[in-house]
Amino acid sequence: MPLRSDIKKVLVIGSGPIVIGQAAEFDYAGAQACRALKQEGLEVVLINSNPATIMTDKHMADHIYIEPLTLECVKRIIKIEKPDSVLSTLGGQTGLTLSMQLAEEGFLEENGVKLLGAVPETIHKAEDRQAFKDTMEAIGEPVIPSKVVETLEDALDFADNEIGYPVIVRPAFTLGGTGGGIANDHDELHEIATNGLRLSPIHQILVEKCISGWKEIEFEVIRDAKGNVITVCSMENFDPVGVHTGDSIVIAPAVTLADKEYQMLRTAALNIIQALKVEGGCNCQFALKPDSFEYAVIEVNPRVSRSSALASKATGYPIAKVATRIAIGYTLDEIVNQVTGKTYACFEPALDYVVVKFPKWPFDKFVYAKKTLGTQMKATGEIMAIGTTFEAAMMKAVRSIELGLDTMTKPDFEKLTNEEVEKKLYDIDTDRSFCVFEALKRGISVDRIHDITKIDKWFICKLKNLTELEKWLADGTLTQDKYDTAKKYCYLDKSIERISGQSIDACGIKRRKAVYKMVDTCAAEFSAETPYFYSTYDEENEAEEFIEEHSTGRKKVIVFGSGPIRIGQGIEFDYCSVHCVWALKEMGYETVICNNNPETVSTDFDTGDRLYFDPLTPEDVDSLIATEKPDGVVVQFGGQTAIKLTKHLKEIGANILGTSAESIDAAEDRELFDELLEKCGIPRPKGHTVFTTEEALKAANELGYPVLLRPSYVLGGQNMIIAHCDSDVTEYMEIITSHKLENPVLIDKYLMGTEVEVDAICDGTDFLIPGIMEHIERAGVHSGDSISVYPAQTLTDRVKRVITAYTERLAKSLNVIGLVNIQYVVYNNEVYVIEVNPRSSRTVPYISKVTGVQMVDIATKIMMGHTLKEQGFSSGLYPVGDYVAVKVPVFSFEKLHDVDTQLGPEMKSTGECLGIAHSFETALFKGLIAAGFRMYDKGGVLFSVRNEDKPEIIEIASRFEQLGFDIYATSGTASTLIRNMIATNFTYRVSEHHEPNIISLLESGDINYVISTSETGRSPARDSVKMRRKAVERSIACLTSVDTAEALVKCIEMKKNIEDVEMVDITKI
Amino acid sequence: MQFTDHKKAFLILADGTVLEGRSFGAEGTVIGEIVFTTAMVGYQETLTDPSYCGQIVTQTFPLIGNYGTNDEDYESSGSVVSGYIVREYCEEPSNFRCAHTIDEFLKKYGIIGLYDIDTRRLTRKIRESGVMNGMITNEPGFDKEKALEAVRAYSVGSVVPKVSVKAPEEYKAEAPKYKVALIDYGYKHNIRRELLKRGCDVTVFPYDVSPEQIKAFAPDGIMLSNGPGDPAENKTSIATLKALIPERIPTFGICLGHQLLALANGASTVKMKYGHRGGNQPVTDLELGRTFITSQNHGYAVVADSIPESAGRLSHINANDKTCEGVRYTNAPAFTVQFHPEACGGPHDTAYLFDEFIEMIGKERGDR
Repeated sequence: MPLRSDIKKVLVIGSGPIVIGQAAEFDYAGAQACRALKQEGLEVVLINSNPATIMTDKHMADHIYIEPLTLECVKRIIKIEKPDSVLSTLGGQTGLTLSMQLAEEGFLEENGVKLLGAVPETIHKAEDRQAFKDTMEAIGEPVIPSKVVETLEDALDFADNEIGYPVIVRPAFTLGGTGGGIANDHDELHEIATNGLRLSPIHQILVEKCISGWKEIEFEVIRDAKGNVITVCSMENFDPVGVHTGDSIVIAPAVTLADKEYQMLRTAALNIIQALKVEGGCNCQFALKPDSFEYAVIEVNPRVSRSSALASKATGYPIAKVATRIAIGYTLDEIVNQVTGKTYACFEPALDYVVVKFPKWPFDKFVYAKKTLGTQMKATGEIMAIGTTFEAAMMKAVRSIELGLDTMTKPDFEKLTNEEVEKKLYDIDTDRSFCVFEALKRGISVDRIHDITKIDKWFICKLKNLTELEKWLADGTLTQDKYDTAKKYCYLDKSIERISGQSIDACGIKRRKAVYKMVDTCAAEFSAETPYFYSTYDEENEAEEFIEEHSTGRKKVIVFGSGPIRIGQGIEFDYCSVHCVWALKEMGYETVICNNNPETVSTDFDTGDRLYFDPLTPEDVDSLIATEKPDGVVVQFGGQTAIKLTKHLKEIGANILGTSAESIDAAEDRELFDELLEKCGIPRPKGHTVFTTEEALKAANELGYPVLLRPSYVLGGQNMIIAHCDSDVTEYMEIITSHKLENPVLIDKYLMGTEVEVDAICDGTDFLIPGIMEHIERAGVHSGDSISVYPAQTLTDRVKRVITAYTERLAKSLNVIGLVNIQYVVYNNEVYVIEVNPRSSRTVPYISKVTGVQMVDIATKIMMGHTLKEQGFSSGLYPVGDYVAVKVPVFSFEKLHDVDTQLGPEMKSTGECLGIAHSFETALFKGLIAAGFRMYDKGGVLFSVRNEDKPEIIEIASRFEQLGFDIYATSGTASTLIRNMIATNFTYRVSEHHEPNIISLLESGDINYVISTSETGRSPARDSVKMRRKAVERSIACLTSVDTAEALVKCIEMKKNIEDVEMVDITKI
Repeated sequence: MQFTDHKKAFLILADGTVLEGRSFGAEGTVIGEIVFTTAMVGYQETLTDPSYCGQIVTQTFPLIGNYGTNDEDYESSGSVVSGYIVREYCEEPSNFRCAHTIDEFLKKYGIIGLYDIDTRRLTRKIRESGVMNGMITNEPGFDKEKALEAVRAYSVGSVVPKVSVKAPEEYKAEAPKYKVALIDYGYKHNIRRELLKRGCDVTVFPYDVSPEQIKAFAPDGIMLSNGPGDPAENKTSIATLKALIPERIPTFGICLGHQLLALANGASTVKMKYGHRGGNQPVTDLELGRTFITSQNHGYAVVADSIPESAGRLSHINANDKTCEGVRYTNAPAFTVQFHPEACGGPHDTAYLFDEFIEMIGKERGDR
């Protein structure tokens, strides 16, 4: 079946801001979808509120709306654009849910719009608990037996007589699973069920057969309208059922299943996708009992997903692209397999390597948060590693994940006693794989570890192989044989030297460089043209052959990517890397990408001319450079991950394009930076460099509190705090010095002024500032967590001129060739520099989109020797456009229990969205709506603020009062408000042990907004932290900065409805 | 894991290449035709598939033996592969049915194994130059010239007699409806199981059964099995099938059985460059217009154009290279496929063909 003739204009719904569980994989999928649709000559309309994405780039679609992903907005865009179809399955859960709502309301039918990909019936069957169960039962696929009960007797009867023990009790409507648990026998169930029923507000619990400890297996399946079905990839979780698959180490393909089990589950997956009638991709998750053929379907996602992105990268099979083609009418046997050019999409990839996915968790930032893993995903990103053995892939994975590790040994575990290590094995947390490794080193048996963790022995034995290899390396003289064996398992030279305690060169050993193998979907059965490689330590170098065969004579550039998505280094750096590659390609260069993140557009094998899926460490990069022999390398777009390679690249004589290594160092080295500022005559908040607690205390007292503390060489304000007193400094220094301190700690006077951010492009002679951004929140809230407004709204022309002049001076003195990001604070009308980053930044994609100045493209051209003038730009500040753009951060607090939501100098947001309009107020309104704020016109507002904020909160409270809101406050805040004639309901704190307290008030549903600012203190035990956590649990907007509160009240005062505001097609800006 | 105590082994290819690896399984020297399979699971089924007789099997998936071997997943009573090449074998397998490691399995059946070589490199070589003979040896002092001479002289010949039953064997279904004669050219046991499951009593006949014997047995259907080697070699079997065509007994052929019936009908077969072996081959059923993922293991193919119009028509083609994957006969109630609907290992997506066979038997019996 060819392209359906009734499809001409398609609306693609994106997935919105990056949150935990819905990340860059949907930019990858969405970008593939848009491209596939455009290739078919269809008109594409796109809506996505996330400006940092490739998919919202001008040439990805014909009409692009960076608008809130709400039902109303999508409806309005459908009315404006009149598409004939909506693609439902490429925008994550957000896109699927919106499509479902549009269809169920009859809106699509009324407007003559077809739903492509998954029809409402399919979505209903997959998403509705009962419908899913019924569908599975109808086709004979087992689901986890469970029953909703309202009495203890029914609970006991179901467990005793139907499913047996152990069982899981899940109380209805208690968040975070409060009151639930695992019951191993009748008596335990009696207790847990009683408790659960009491805690559930509707006295209802779900009793479910407990399958924790079963193997978790996933299949990615594709089906077309003709009923052709294939599985793209199987995956097996390192962690058994109980840990979210997004938080588990995953290996592809599944390894511990014999053909019988494998085919049983594969057939089940195919039956499921047939029954659901999905047209496109589908993800099926199974639990398999380790000691029998018993299995259960855990979950089915009738859309592309994080797992499908992983499966695509793991196999080379472009699931999103194929799913899109299927949605518009093609069948699997008509779509050519791009990889081989010879075969069709109707086949199943054969792998001749294994892939390991390792999650990236945010707990290096949230030091007080529990690292426990469960059914709620907590990882912000992931990396993938390809190897010819599991061990090799693990070794690559562990150094890709950027935890400062290069082997499975975690230094803090080395300090534990054997008993402590064994005890730690019981903790199901982010460190479990490292703990297993430590346990093996201590001689704890595979059986014992398996008994405790239920991790399949296959994985444990493989880790044991690594411990044995390391033991062998450490034992006696380092020989060539030992070295070669370690290299086969992808150990770094420096790790081999450390473990053996010997020098490779001194032992007369011949060092080896990696060679590259191709990812070709077919295990070499057919010759393929995929420019997609991974490293091994074999003899044959397929990349070298490929380069020779495809020699173009063109100059060659390697672009280093940004690794896993984490707080502070998100999708925006992938956007920049991809744009750099595109610009280079356009200029006629041969481009090579190296990255390790499977979720991204940059690791799509046809983004550049070649893709290397490998870790981004100096030694890995050496091998790549030896094979590719590039004319130049680019580090400035890959965030800190790529920037970190600069020094090494310079040492090995690589030609770093753009800003030099010296300049990068000058911006990051405190002393050099101070010299530079002095030379330029630019003031910055006073500060010192310290190494010890004593030095820090001395410096802090000299500067006067409050002071800002942070390690040098950081991104995203990692481990950054504002200290108000000596004890804050002491606490901080203790945490920071517990890690190995290679770089000093910076301590600065903290100025609470207006924060301003500038991204500039410089060619050495001229410079261009596309726009000045101003933050709503005053300095002190990390720039990534602030609401950022372009163009700046409150700065005087004089200040703007000063900023422009400072930017020029800094860019030129630093010899910036390319991009530079500068953060300023305007305090008492004086401009101070806070930070200079001679690289791309978080704000580049959004500024590029709203100003129309394609920053990365221009910067790339500059790096390759073209001036700004040649590109038609004059030096200075670019004229302000017609639109105001407000970037609003989005957090994932509901996924991260016990993380304080108080914003501060350490970044906490995972994503962002954008509001664009002609006026600032409307743009802010749209931005806040997009970020999930709801504009109530009445209700309750709870205030609890620290002393410094009390004077400022009066006006805000009064404005809320005038709007008709009821005002609530805790003691101190309440008395301030009452003294200022604001009628305030007094509320007790939790620690005051009186009712009604803030918690019961939040539970009551009377509160719509919480405004809470408190002293720093990240301990989850504090009252204010408890209140903010409760607000998160009850989905009540909680503002932790007076400035954000002011912005919100301003929006509410407008009394606008999303239906009244303009929708902006950014392709027309 | 053994890092120090390991024995070297070598692979000598007909083109003169020598690859060094390590020895596992049985020790010694063996010559065979080197083929590769891309299946990622099902190595025990591969090792016990009689169609690999005379061949050295290379697994393109690098980690073999992960779930060990068990006492159930046999496709024949033992293993007849000449040699076995993997990148890495698993010393500590994990699976609830695991009874032995792959190393133990190979030792038990005397199969010489080679591991720790770059199997992708070997696969690419075979892909480029076609199937190639080779020798595995763990004798370090081997004489390369002599070895090469022997390697080059080798051919897979008269293998069907080696793997076929010597005398008829009977298997009873639980609730028998029909009786089927399974002619054994090296049959995979799951063919028998699929038939038994569908209510057929199965009698397995040797490859050289005479047409008279079959006629005397008067089966409701004839099942032609898979098997090893060059199909054209099997002159007796082909003659038998030719003689049976006019009998109009419902016939279903798989793999070698498919090729033999085609030859009996006057079609021809050809040796493929490196064949199809694995669990991911897409086959389009031309009658249904759908494409299925199939399990395959063959080095020869029926030439699609050679099927006489009077005999039958092409019913299935390989979606990748468009080679013949199935024939529907018009001169007799018969159909045959090149791939393996009985799976084991590989996908079960075409098991519906067994149902078709049963329907065909039912229809023919009703007609009679």
